[in-house]
Order: sequence, then C-alpha cells, then structure tokens
Amino acid sequence: MTSAIQMVDITKTFPGVTANDNIDFSVDKAEIHGLLGENGAGKSVLMSILYGLYKPDSGDILVDGEKVDISGPSDAMRLGIGMVHQHFMLVPSLTVVENVILGREPTVNGVTLDMERMLRDVAESCKRYKLDVDIEAPVYQLPVGVQQRVEILKALYRGADVLILDEPTSVLTPGETEELFNAVRELKADGKTVIFISHKLREVLAICDRITVLKRGKVVGTVLAAETGEGQLAEMMVGRKIVYEFTKEAECGLEPVLRLEGLECLSDRGIPALRGLDLDLCGSEILGVAGVEGNGQTELVEAVMGLRELTGGSVKLDGQDITDTQPKTRIQMGVSHIPEDRHKRAIVPDFSVLENLVLGSQRDRFTRNGVSIDFAEAKRFSTDMINDYQIATPGPETLIRYLSGGNQQRVVVAREFSRDPPVVIAAQPTRGLDVGATEYVRRKLVEMRDHGAGVLLISADLDEIWALSDRVAVIYEGSIVAVKAVDETDVQEIGLLMAGGGNE
Amino acid sequence: MSERLTAAVRRVFGGGDGLQGLMIQVAAILIAFIVGAAVLAVTGYSPVDAYVSMASGAFGSSYGVGQTLTQATPIVFTSIAFLIGLKAGLFNIGIEGQFLMGAMGATLAGVYLDGLPWVIHVPLTILVGMIAGALWSLIPAVLKSRFDAHEVITTMMLSYVATHFTSYLVNYPFKAPGWVAQSLKISGSAELPRILPPTQLSAAIFVAVIVTVASTYFLQKTIMGYELRATGLNPSAAENAGISIDRNILVSMALSGAVAGLGGACEVMGIHRRFIQGFSPGYGWDGLAVALVGGLNPVGSFFASVLFGALRSGGMIMTRATGVPLDIVKILQALVIMFVAAPKLIRALLRRER
Repeated sequence: MTSAIQMVDITKTFPGVTANDNIDFSVDKAEIHGLLGENGAGKSVLMSILYGLYKPDSGDILVDGEKVDISGPSDAMRLGIGMVHQHFMLVPSLTVVENVILGREPTVNGVTLDMERMLRDVAESCKRYKLDVDIEAPVYQLPVGVQQRVEILKALYRGADVLILDEPTSVLTPGETEELFNAVRELKADGKTVIFISHKLREVLAICDRITVLKRGKVVGTVLAAETGEGQLAEMMVGRKIVYEFTKEAECGLEPVLRLEGLECLSDRGIPALRGLDLDLCGSEILGVAGVEGNGQTELVEAVMGLRELTGGSVKLDGQDITDTQPKTRIQMGVSHIPEDRHKRAIVPDFSVLENLVLGSQRDRFTRNGVSIDFAEAKRFSTDMINDYQIATPGPETLIRYLSGGNQQRVVVAREFSRDPPVVIAAQPTRGLDVGATEYVRRKLVEMRDHGAGVLLISADLDEIWALSDRVAVIYEGSIVAVKAVDETDVQEIGLLMAGGGNE
Repeated sequence: MSERLTAAVRRVFGGGDGLQGLMIQVAAILIAFIVGAAVLAVTGYSPVDAYVSMASGAFGSSYGVGQTLTQATPIVFTSIAFLIGLKAGLFNIGIEGQFLMGAMGATLAGVYLDGLPWVIHVPLTILVGMIAGALWSLIPAVLKSRFDAHEVITTMMLSYVATHFTSYLVNYPFKAPGWVAQSLKISGSAELPRILPPTQLSAAIFVAVIVTVASTYFLQKTIMGYELRATGLNPSAAENAGISIDRNILVSMALSGAVAGLGGACEVMGIHRRFIQGFSPGYGWDGLAVALVGGLNPVGSFFASVLFGALRSGGMIMTRATGVPLDIVKILQALVIMFVAAPKLIRALLRRER
C-alpha cells in the first residue's frame, strides 16, 4: 500500500535553530496519525512545509507515491492537502457558507454567485461528516468549537483528502473535544486521512491510529496507539519521567491579598461582561477559576490589571483600594500577570529576549538614573533568567519571535515571577505549551504559592485547575457562582456549575 | 550570521533584521542604479559617463562635497523626525508643516530677539524653532489620543495649513520691504556660520550629526525610547506592562515635530537667513521616503540623506558635463524608493543570485 503522504529526509533551519533535522514521516491512507512533541520540537514547521508555507532546505515530499513540489498553500490544496490552523482564518462578519466557499466561489455565469448551490453544497458536507453547524449564521456569533468545524468544512470543500489539524483541542471544552473526535472518526470512515498535531497525550491516544513523536527536530519514533501508553509517550517526548502531582495547601490568613467586590464592566462589544463579581484571593493559595470561555474571564483579568474600565465595584490589594490606579502602579505594587494571549498582551515579538524581559520593569529595576536603561544589568539579568528558566535561545539578543511558544512563555514567566509578586494572575498559563513546558510552568506556580503568593489561575483546562488549585471558583455569565475547596467537590459538580446548572 | 554581529548591527541601525536588513537596503539601492543605467542606455546616453560625472560632481571636490551635504542636511532632520513617529506606530506625514513652522518660529526669534550675544541667540533661536514644530505636531497628537482622529489625515491637512499660514505671515504681517514674499533677515547673532565657502554648507550639518547620534541613543538606550518602540511594535503588550499609550502618542509626536522644527530652524539660520515663501522644495515629504531608504533608523537615514543630497548636487554637474537631463535624478530617486519599498522583491533577487 502506498502512503498518502511521505516526507523523506526533510531538513529546515532557521537562524540559530534546526527546526527539522532529517525527518522521515509517512502517513497511510485513511489513517489518523498523531504528531506529538513539545513546543519547538518541529511539528508545526514540518506541517507548514507540507502545506507549502515553508520551503525545506532539503528533502522530498511524496503524495500518493509521487514526488511533488509544494511551493505554496495553493499547491497543497491542489494536491488535496488541507490545514486547520490553531488560530482560525475566518472572516468574522461573513456567514458560515460565505467563509466556506471563500476563494472557491461557485458562480452561475462566471460573475454572479450561485447562492443556491453554495447552500446546497455546504449543507451536504455538514450532513455527510456529521458536522453540526448553522450554516447561515455569521461566524462571529459562533462558539470557538463551531468555528473550528467551519474551518474543517472549508478544507473539505477545497477537496482535501489529507487534513492537518494543528493543536485542534487547545481551544475546546471537553464536550467540544468529544464532538471533534466524532467528526474526525467520521472523516476516517469516509476515507480521509487526518494528521493530528498535539501535545496532549491522552487525546492523541484516544483518537489516533499511529503516533509519531518528535523531539528537538528529530523523529524519536512512530508507535501504534494501541500498543503504547501515556508513560511511554511522555518519556519519548521529554526523555525522562514526568510528574504532574503537586501537594495542596489551603491555609488562608485573615485578610485576603486580593479582594474583588461587585465588579462590573462591559465587554469590547459593549455588553455587560462582569455582573457584580465577588472574589477573595488569599496568600499562599492557588485559586482556580473554572468556566466555559467567554463568561467574563478575559474581562476579569483586565479589570484586576487595570486594563479595562469598571462600571462598578472595587479592587483591593492587601486591603488597599487600587480601583482607580494605573496598570503601572499595580505592577509596581506587585501584581504579576501572565496574559492569556501571549502574542497580543505578553510579548513584543520584534523585541529581543532581553528587551522582553525588561518590559514592565524598565522604570525601576533596569535604570540607575531614571533616564536610560541599564543594559549591562539587563544583560546580566537575562543571562540569569535564561539559565534559571532554561529558556532555549541562541542568546539574549535573539528576537523572541524566533523562539518556540514554550520558550516564549518561559520568558514571560521568568519576567513576571522574578519580581517576587504577592499576587499572580495566571490566565491560561499553559495554553499551547508542551508537556515539559507545562510541567515547568505549573511547578513555578506552585513554587510561587509556597513562597506566599496568592495565585489566581484562570484556565479552560479543568485538569489543570484540578491539578493545581487549593480552591475552585466557577465563573458563569460574569459572576462567580460558587467557590469550593478542591477536596470537597468533584469534576461533575464543577462541570454542572460551569454550564449554568448551579442554584445557590 | 553570528549573534554578536547581528546584535551589534541591530544596536547601531535599530532594525529588527540587523545585518540582513542593511544588506537588503544596500542591494535595493544598487539595483535602482542598475535599472537607472538601463534607462540611460535606452535613451541614448552613456551610463558610465553619467554616473562617473555624477559621482565626481557629488564627491570629487570640496565644492561638490559641500553642496552634497548642504542638500542632505534638511532631509536628515525630516527623515529622523518621521521615523521617531513611526517607531511609536504613528504615521506623521505632516513633517513638512512642522518643518515650516519651525523655520517660521526660528525666523521670528532670529529677527525680533535682537541684541543678544550669539552664544545665547543661536540656541534660543533653535529652541524656538523646535518648540514651534513640536506645538504644531501636538495638535494631531492630542486629536488622536483624545478623539481617535487618525494622524495620517490630521498631520497631512495641518501640513497644508502650515504652508499657507507661513506664506500669509511673510506676505503680510512680517513681510520685508520689497517685491519678494519674505521676512526680514535674521540678526547676525542668530546665524549658523558657513563652514565651507563658497558652498552654502553651514554648521547645521553638525547639528544634524548631533541629532542622528542623540536620536539613536534615545531610541536604543533610554526608557522613553524603549517604551516608545514597545508601543509601536505591540501596543497591547506595552499597555499590559504599564506603559501609557496616550502618553507615548504625545511624546513621540512632540519629538517628531521638534526634530522637524529644528530642521526648519537650521535651514533658515544656516542657508537663507530669512523665511522666503516656498523655500522648501518639499524637504518634509522627502523625509518620509528617505527614512524608508535608511531602513527606519537614524544612522541609516543620515546616509540615505547624503545619498539623496549627492544625487541632487551630482546631478547638476552631470547635466552640465554630459547633457543628460536632470530628470534622470528624479527617476533614480523614484527607483531607489520603489526597490526599498519592495524588500520581498530584493530578497528574492538576492536568493537567486546565490
């Protein structure tokens, strides 16, 4: 049997990094093939080469046994290769149908859009692959999980036989993940080939037939899902055993370090996002905030950091009212923040690692005269941080955008935690990170707690909340509907509360 | 590329791409000259003769060098003014207006603050010019930070306002006696000395060098410069780090206007010694293009200004010596800008050559 895709001896280097080092990778027809590896292992680069986004330095690509030259996504599409990116590429104001046909519009006479055919075709694909989507709704109204289905539809509509899914579950709730898996199995039954990029062991094991593990740009091996387990995969990825269990503490002083009272604010679209939110964060605890995305988590974080205007309520730090202070003041008072959207809020991609480490402390720690930046000190600090936090970078002067996601996050964590803050706001701190980096960030969060910091952990990943939190708060439609000690509740109860099933 | 070398180039030239960026810039300029040679050849002139006489005209004698630097000086200021705004993510395309307001401010200070010793009068005149430019650029800055008015529109419109307003001033209230629409001559104590007679080169070139060095230091080493660049590259992350976006809009626009105003002041104090209506052939507008050619950093802008100055001064010699029309200079300028604006094209060409 010929493989659907064969990548032979692929090498790709970037300044200072070999992203793919003589990689051999092949996928059978009608197979669900997992591509597993830590961030920076070269998964995304390899798939970007297959999709024509990067040109390999050397190596061949064979589709259905024939050597091909893929110099752009249009070539890939022509060869029946489709890709669903981690960040969706949809036009929010257009409907589902319009997004799906975009670039391949069926016309009546070469000019006028054939609306009927559009609707019919797309509805048919939905039915065939059991993808449940309201195809006439504008995309911005749809939840993330549904938007992802639109991306899959789009790829299928372009005639994809091989579908690359790049970290597809990183944005999904557990329920949505299950639906995605059903759809993927449906695709396989229809003879489609799926390449499933992930770093979540359990998911890869649940859905894939075979799994190829990458590490530092090289193939560690390819294994049958049925013949392996989480332990073996994790060891292949990281090269050592992984510990996820942490000890819990639940002591709380008399005065909470952070007290939020009756917070109210509007979302970007002008709708009430926080509706009288109350929450106390104690020192030496990790308080997990669980909730389905879009229930006010983003606004909660921005309200605490002073990045969003409040329409009501107050924020108190150590008993001191900081409701009307600038973000700068809050940072100086010791509120650290790991933003949920790394590229948007946390880093300046075109700054060097050093410049990113300085960000936020440029006016105190890294200046001696209040005018210029003490680059000697910044350099010393960066070198220390690169060693302490094991940031894989050619050096402090390298632009941070050349680093992998996990290493970028290490820079952010290093910067925020080095201030020794009494309060840490960690929003989706391990989103998109690999096993090694996830474990690292989590351990650091626990370390901060053990040093006495109050950690507010906002995460869409219930496993993460469970693994780390001393207490769990559930956010639903802009307010906290319940706060429970972790050992007095269970996943079912929290899940129910997240879905709005709580009645206090 | 070794990390250290790239970092060093990045420090001096400030760009994100370091050495590679510099190479692309130089390659773009070379390619422009090659295409220019083709244009010359097709129209029946010898490219070699033209370029040789242009180069020797621009750099072959102290007179040529003087003229080249004279032409380059005002563009050094306007290009650096533009890039300071751009570093904070602002398209201040109204440099011309700020340049003229600076020139007018300096003229009035030079003419009417009479009787001061030059050690006071010169810096004072320069300062007034800078303040005039800064105030003019603060109008769009306030409009943006307060009302979200887009600076491309407001700066451009205010530039026309400045052109006509200064022209009104030298036609009516401050008109010198005579036929020409110009102000009175500034007092001798406010003049910048000529340093290479008979050329018009004045001490303004030293001011330009100081501005180049100072703005490089400012952008790369100071807290304000750092915050300004962070704002330009990722406003959300800057805000998250406690940097005020609104404050940076005001700071960068004021600095941008001040440098433009300084350019206008130097042009008056060093060359014309008075405000003559229409004395600027569009130095402000040239600044935008030259800043791009210079890779959006002060040192690069300085050299790009010298290149443009050389094209102009050498071009005149070339026309006299070889009969090639002066228009070829404009074509060359346009080609340089075009190729610099198309870095992807240059990258593709460079790759093919390898």
